[in-house]
Amino acid sequence: MSSSAATATGIGASVLRKEDLRFITGNGRYTDDLNQPGQSYAVFLRSPHARARIIGIDTREALKVPGVFAVLTGADMAADGLGDLPCGWEVKQKDGSDMVRAPHPPLAINVVNYVGEPYGVVIAATRAAARQGAEAVMTDFEEREPVVDLATARDSAAIHDGVPGNLAYDWELGDRAATEAALASAAHVTRLDLTNNRLIPNAMEPRAALGVYDRSGDEYTLYTTSQNPHLERLVLSAFVQIAPEHKLRVIAPDVGGGFGSKIFVYAEETTVVWAARKVGRPVKWTADRSESFLADAHGRDHVTHAELGLDADGNFVALKVETTANLGAYLSTFGSSVPTYLYGTLLAGQYRTPNIHVEVHGVYTNTCPVDAYRGAGRPEATYVVERIVETAARELGQDPAALRRRNMIRPEQFPYETPVALIYDTGNYEASLDRALELVDYAGFPARRAASEAAGRKRGIGFACYIEACGLAPSQLAIQLGAGVGLYESGEIRVNPTGSVTVFTGSHSHGQGHETTFAQVVSDRFGIPFENVEVVHGDTGRVEFGLGTYGSRSLAVGGSALVKAADKLIVKGRRIAAHMLEADVDAVAFEDGQFVVRDSNQSLAFGEVAFAAYVPTNYPTDLEPGFSEKAFYDPQNFTYPAGTHIAEVEVDADTGVVTLVNFVAVDDFGHVINPMIVDGQVHGGVAQGAGQALLEHGIYDDYGQLVTGSYMDYCMPRADDVPDFVVDTTVTPCTHNPLGVKGCGEAGAIGSPAAIMNAVTDAVGSNDVSMPATPEKIWRALAG
Amino acid sequence: MYQFNYHRPATMAEAVALYGEAEDGLYLSGGQTLIPTLKQRLAAPSDLIDLSGIDALKGIKVEDGVVRVGAFTRHAEVARSPEIRKALPVLAALAGHIGDAQVRNMGTLGGSVANSDPAADYPAAVIGLGATLYTQDRDIAADDYFQDLFETALTPGEILTRIDFPIPDRAAYRKFPNPASRYAVVGVLVADFDGTIRVGVTGAGPCAFRATALEEALARSFSPDAVRSVEVPEAGFNSDLHASAEYRANLVRVMAERAVGDILAG
Ligand SMILES: Cc1cc2nc3c(=O)[nH]c(=O)nc-3n(C[C@H](O)[C@H](O)[C@H](O)COP(=O)(O)OP(=O)(O)OC[C@H]3O[C@@H](n4cnc5c(N)ncnc54)[C@H](O)[C@@H]3O)c2cc1C
Repeated sequence: MSSSAATATGIGASVLRKEDLRFITGNGRYTDDLNQPGQSYAVFLRSPHARARIIGIDTREALKVPGVFAVLTGADMAADGLGDLPCGWEVKQKDGSDMVRAPHPPLAINVVNYVGEPYGVVIAATRAAARQGAEAVMTDFEEREPVVDLATARDSAAIHDGVPGNLAYDWELGDRAATEAALASAAHVTRLDLTNNRLIPNAMEPRAALGVYDRSGDEYTLYTTSQNPHLERLVLSAFVQIAPEHKLRVIAPDVGGGFGSKIFVYAEETTVVWAARKVGRPVKWTADRSESFLADAHGRDHVTHAELGLDADGNFVALKVETTANLGAYLSTFGSSVPTYLYGTLLAGQYRTPNIHVEVHGVYTNTCPVDAYRGAGRPEATYVVERIVETAARELGQDPAALRRRNMIRPEQFPYETPVALIYDTGNYEASLDRALELVDYAGFPARRAASEAAGRKRGIGFACYIEACGLAPSQLAIQLGAGVGLYESGEIRVNPTGSVTVFTGSHSHGQGHETTFAQVVSDRFGIPFENVEVVHGDTGRVEFGLGTYGSRSLAVGGSALVKAADKLIVKGRRIAAHMLEADVDAVAFEDGQFVVRDSNQSLAFGEVAFAAYVPTNYPTDLEPGFSEKAFYDPQNFTYPAGTHIAEVEVDADTGVVTLVNFVAVDDFGHVINPMIVDGQVHGGVAQGAGQALLEHGIYDDYGQLVTGSYMDYCMPRADDVPDFVVDTTVTPCTHNPLGVKGCGEAGAIGSPAAIMNAVTDAVGSNDVSMPATPEKIWRALAG
Repeated sequence: MYQFNYHRPATMAEAVALYGEAEDGLYLSGGQTLIPTLKQRLAAPSDLIDLSGIDALKGIKVEDGVVRVGAFTRHAEVARSPEIRKALPVLAALAGHIGDAQVRNMGTLGGSVANSDPAADYPAAVIGLGATLYTQDRDIAADDYFQDLFETALTPGEILTRIDFPIPDRAAYRKFPNPASRYAVVGVLVADFDGTIRVGVTGAGPCAFRATALEEALARSFSPDAVRSVEVPEAGFNSDLHASAEYRANLVRVMAERAVGDILAG
């Protein structure tokens, strides 16, 4: 193990992704690729109405369809004693009361509350028979007036009994009186109304689940598309009560994208694992794309009014925000936390704004539940802060970069406590702003604008200096704030007798490249070849525990757990080496994969020590054999990635078409383990952000029918919708985790919508453009 | 999909006979519209009669100032045909921007024109070039062919066999793609036949049509300014999530103006 080999694959190296060979050669193993002997197929009965009472379900014809084994309904599930799908975050209302939870049975009973809501399932020998059976079920619905419009939902009839005004919660954070007073005395107040459009996640792999029940051991196995298999098991066991945890194994094999939508515990996997026992056969379900549109938890969907006060010098003195957040028909697994703790807490942005108050009304509507989607709360917060700051700069005739710079928290002010409950540990916001201005050639913008004008196009530039909080933490604080689970991560490192290493992580990779990055971290730590490290994830039967992958937490939290486990091994290795080399433990150091006795030429390689641990001939008598360790890592704080994104757009005034012509992202993710993977995460995130800003919109009509239910109408960003991104990083290492890393998975989607919309409104010369900035909207804005 | 019987006849006569015998038959061409419809269970034919085995529906020929294209010619074949690129480059270019590579490798001229989706591209060429459409029984002038939303002059069982496109002196097609589906929100084909101008518009209305006011203005003065002077009425235009009728009317003018610009730029 030469050190040059270690650096070519160690921390900081752009190692090609291990997992890509199997993915690009079609050898990935996704849930739908897995089959079990005697397997049956599930097709769900889904509500065609946004709101209705179920009068009766006649299954007689369906049961006559050849191959149909069973038709099961919500009532059957309830009769078996299964519980509701829980929402895992208790949000306290501003009057101190608990949020109002609407009952959420996995399969609807008596009432349905959104189009696509499952209320039953047909299980058959083939998918075609199951579908035929589903069409033969006669369900008698009594339609009721749906509540669809977010703006008027609070004044509409209650969807759920006992939830007046459809209000799940009224939540606030910050000092209202001080904020209002500061606004009242501000030299200038900028006011802005914003909508944050509903997005539909669209992972490339649709959700799927395969439930298996083994009668001999009374054991269940669930293969499913989860970002979070241990949480899935915990919820299905403790809340839904399908089986005790030790009788339920959840395996999330290769998963093709999630963006949050696969964190949650859904009706479908709950149903197949329950039904597997009921019908006495494995039960498989794979969503078709139409089902994904209707029933994968959606994202965003806010309306907001914001006010920013500035003093005569342009210092921000107060920010007041009021948001109505659409939670959909039910509280999804983390739905309550997204527009509150992941949103309100981020409203300080990168700035020293001394007074901030935010009030959020979380409302139920007859639409698909809304939950975390790439960025979750932080894109919405960034959109508010960065749109209103840009607007203030325009109103005051100030350079938008200069106004931001004036208000930024300075490097010497860290740790910095914001008025909205966070303590930023470190950062250097001006450094990324400066680098971004340089990369975009800010000074050259007027000339580029003139060139565009000469070619008949309008050009605009827009900034977003975002902050995000990743690696949600620490557990005790989060639980006090309502989290239903801890927020640590577990890791285990098993060194095999021959010195190769198997790493187990409770985080889950579904596109992020953990098999590569985590192998880099561990091989670097041990000074062993990268190829000798295998990363295992996504199986409750193999990994002790875990909380999965979301919120850009995997490396900062899961990676840190591995470092902790590695360090335990090094401590043990030093004891073994000291014994073997007849030296004092304190004299043994571990460097470049060698246990060395200081000031001597004596050393043992990592592999030699591992071997000795399993073949203990010359071994300390008071030390256990074996060479594996596990660790749980509970972060002390969030990490705070931050950066500057700058977008340039051109607008064709005749058609209203907006072209994103230039995009610069300079991000501070702390130390970077694999720059290539980080660039890829930023590219993907920015493309999704461009989708939100320019293309994507989940639209329901007045009847609660999803109008954008296919790719004919829901516009995903394509390669030719985005320019070559210019990405770079600045580095202030995270101060509280061993790798000094912050997380990079969401930043692209967090900064880019605001940057792009600031550029669009700059080009158009009107702030009155909502996302997505579609051609007709722009054409109308220009027509004035 | 529901169950159906599948046939692959080798001749026109066989195909027509199969259609006559079927309880509820449908012709299958490239399948790019029909197969998704079947998969979504929006159609339940008793029999699918696949036209891909009929040689009489295939082939490209340029003769007598006309480009003859068999109905079973894939979009990709039209796009890369050396004869068409030489004689009628506007048609090759139009075909090259239909859907994506997979769609172009499967979808056919006949399927597209028979289907007459209001947002399809080919209808703009059929109208704008004043094509003649052939079936097993008769020929139909372009101006008589498109009738309403998904409604054409074809009668049940009639098979489009070939379309003849007259070759203009100069022509250009401009499409404003739907950002999501990339079908035409509006597509305009402008052709100049020795001073006689034809303007075929797709996407804007329930089916493709001639924009006669634009034709007259361009006959007077073949310039973008002439286009700009014309009021395009929005009455009867499609209005949906992606574009209102008013916006479509604007796009007709803008696309026509740009097509004229393309022609003048040579
Ligand atoms: C993703 C996607 C994107 C697309 N984008 C575009 C686009 O940008 N522009 C565009 O114009 N189109 C687009 N299309 C449609 C595509 O061009 C189809 O190929 C075309 O509309 C139908 O042709 P087909 O050969 O596939 O016909 P099929 O799907 O096989 O048939 C369509 C209909 O026509 C009937 N039919 C077929 N052939 C004949 C015949 N010879 N005589 C009589 N009836 C017949 C069939 O019975 C059926 O009812 C797109 C399709 C897809 C799937």
